[in-house]
Amino acid sequence: MFWELELVIYIFLLISAIVALEVDDLLVAVVMMTIFSFLMALLFVAMGAIDVGFTEAVIGAGVTGILFVVVVYQTSRKTND
Amino acid sequence: MKEQFQSPIVLLGSRLLSPYIMLFGWYVIIHGHYSPGGGFQGGALLAASVLLIRVAGGTRLSSLQLREVINTPMATLGVAIYFLTGVVAVLAGGFFLDYGQLPIPGLEAAWLRYYGILIIEVGIGLTVMAILIMIYDNMVKGEDHA
Repeated sequence: MFWELELVIYIFLLISAIVALEVDDLLVAVVMMTIFSFLMALLFVAMGAIDVGFTEAVIGAGVTGILFVVVVYQTSRKTND
Repeated sequence: MKEQFQSPIVLLGSRLLSPYIMLFGWYVIIHGHYSPGGGFQGGALLAASVLLIRVAGGTRLSSLQLREVINTPMATLGVAIYFLTGVVAVLAGGFFLDYGQLPIPGLEAAWLRYYGILIIEVGIGLTVMAILIMIYDNMVKGEDHA
């Protein structure tokens, strides 16, 4: 894979991780974690680990996102700290 | 987010996507023994297709697709498929999960291993799907988030 494209994916990975840590709205944090998982899956596939990337895309970007959204709906949406 | 409203666009999109995700999940399970994927990933895809309808449509609508009471029997069925395949191999004279000893007539050992892994993958897929749906159902129990 082209290293320029991987560099762009790494930069977006860092941005999504920092936003997920720093944002106050928990729903935004969940969406950012989903984006992080999907970019991570792309990087796994680029590094040749097709099976790991597949699992990351299905679990990290699919099922975990839904479960986190349910948890956010059952608690408060804003963080207190 | 307490105020809730029905969005026909989200519901229509979920209804359009769900059968194709489920078909792809079965594709991943069936082709799991010689290509990337397998029972766990395919089962997670099947669970994602059901959870999409559950999130978008609510309890009343999603019970038309897959009722909540089916979860436990389906998970048990998957474990039973896995375990019985292993025990049948033991009874036929091999070790536990020794696919080459499965008593299917007319097949040589290589093809027996091929189909043995396929049967195992179907069991794993059913169990993973049922357990992931069960986690969701227990998390939203008593509340309707549609």
